[in-house]
Amino acid sequence: MSMSSSAALAAPAGGLYNRRRIVNKVALTLALGAAGFGLFWLVAILWTLLYNGLSAINIALFTENTPPPGGEGGLLNAIFGSVIMTTVATLVGTPIGIMAGTYLAEFGRDGKLAEVVRFINDVLLSAPSIMVGLFVYEVMVIRMGHFSAWAGAMALAVIVIPVVVRTTEDMLKLVPNSLREAAAALGAPQWKVITFVAYRAARNGMITGVLLAIARISGETAPLLFTALNNQFWSADMNAPMANLPVVIFQYAMSPYEDWRQLAWGGALLITVAILLLNIGARLLAGLGSTRK
Amino acid sequence: MTEIALTLTDAHASTARRARRQRLQDAAFRNATLFFALLVLFILGGVTVSLIDGALPALRAFGFGFVTTEVWNPVSEEFGALAPIYGTLITSVIAMAVGIPVSFGIALFITEMCPAWLKRPLGVAIELLAGIPSIIYGIWGLFVFAPFMQSTIQPFLINTLGQVPGIGNLFMGPPYGIGILTAGLILGIMVLPFITSITRDVFETVPPMVRESAYGLGATTWEVVWNVVLPYTRTGVVGGVMLGLGRALGETMAVTFVIGNAHRISSSIMAPGTTISASIANEFTEAVGDVYTASLVALGLILFLITFAVLSIAKLMLLRLQRQAGV
Repeated sequence: MSMSSSAALAAPAGGLYNRRRIVNKVALTLALGAAGFGLFWLVAILWTLLYNGLSAINIALFTENTPPPGGEGGLLNAIFGSVIMTTVATLVGTPIGIMAGTYLAEFGRDGKLAEVVRFINDVLLSAPSIMVGLFVYEVMVIRMGHFSAWAGAMALAVIVIPVVVRTTEDMLKLVPNSLREAAAALGAPQWKVITFVAYRAARNGMITGVLLAIARISGETAPLLFTALNNQFWSADMNAPMANLPVVIFQYAMSPYEDWRQLAWGGALLITVAILLLNIGARLLAGLGSTRK
Repeated sequence: MTEIALTLTDAHASTARRARRQRLQDAAFRNATLFFALLVLFILGGVTVSLIDGALPALRAFGFGFVTTEVWNPVSEEFGALAPIYGTLITSVIAMAVGIPVSFGIALFITEMCPAWLKRPLGVAIELLAGIPSIIYGIWGLFVFAPFMQSTIQPFLINTLGQVPGIGNLFMGPPYGIGILTAGLILGIMVLPFITSITRDVFETVPPMVRESAYGLGATTWEVVWNVVLPYTRTGVVGGVMLGLGRALGETMAVTFVIGNAHRISSSIMAPGTTISASIANEFTEAVGDVYTASLVALGLILFLITFAVLSIAKLMLLRLQRQAGV
């Protein structure tokens, strides 16, 4: 009885059910194929980078300056320049970003002004970085009359700011209000509530944001092309053009010289490893914060 | 007695002083944060003003014709933005044609199909890939992908699609390796991690209850995705795609290596071309003369307007999804 009724039920629906199953199978196979296709290319890029980069890594890469065409050399001045400019940009951009983020989370909240700032900040966050380069060229390089490491660092700082604003605001919003109220009830003025209580509670998340910002600017090439320019020699003068990894990679990869191309691969691997480490560090730190809560 | 009263007024006075000081400190802190928040607005304003200011000589010289002419001649100082605008749009279209279905497939795979233990590592890997700088995609494109296009894909396209009347025009000409198609495909690979991670995030905003109800009614995985998840997350998915598009439109380094930097519009997508950002990156430091430099800045201004519009739409779409999820 039960068997015959289920057969009777299944019979009219059989065609439709089969069609639905086939459609499902085809769609999921396509999705699987797309996933495999996409991941294949991404893995291919990383593998090429590793393969070509590792063969370019040696002691000279870290101890010698960028060579003239056909010469032997390393990337010491470029590594130094990148580290210096990234550091300056982070030191300039972070406080600005944290203050602006504080305004959005603690004072502006749902106000009109905060909404506008938030919107503009998100636009800046994904604006093409080459425009930041043009902007700094117009306001600094032309005024100063020459390319300089300061200009490069400022261009990078402009990219740091929106990243830090965003994470600072998000992290401060996660701090429970009862913490702020407890501090205020003890008679602490608002600036102390924010700096001693809210910042401390949101610390890990805010550091994560700064790490992500550093990771973001370490690989930026476009804003440096016509601000810091490049320098074939060792230079620690912030008022002069300074070598930096991304622009050196760009220049050397486009060149016809085999040695230069080798160095470009080596530099590319260095940058990628540094960025991956920063990202992983940021992730671990963010994870640490969430488990403690 | 009087002594006590005196100390009391003293205490009152000092409390009042302290309260006043704290109010001042509070106001100072608040205004400082306000100042830096306004600075963010000021930066965007500064970008706009400096781009317009820098572009003025070109706009004055060519007027509206700047965006409608194709000529780009540094010797006779005649410049038109049509070729870079065309290149920017067409490479982005190619990138989206590749990027959207593939990243949708990856997101679908991660959220609905893959075993639970693989979910997190795969999601994290995709997000890490999104952090890889575009110059890496650029040199990979130059050294690996362009030669591969030249030796394999382009001859194949020329011999098959190139022979079809009509669309054949798109696939004609010698296989250079570099060109519009190569640049578009690399952009497509580059935006994959962006779009995938956003799509995955918005897919996960669907309440498990809704999803499970559909499964409970006997829906297949695909039906759940197509009829429940996608309609629920539509605005978020579109927002994510627009963010990816904004990225593709303004991308410099991934394109500059392989676009060929030719200021002309060819009927074939395999021919060399240029984009706005690639033109600026290639020519800006070498540009001689006010009009040449100003024309490049004017290109930047056009890019700014296009990406600002696209990013604003993306942002509004994502905001709408947030509100919807918040309710």
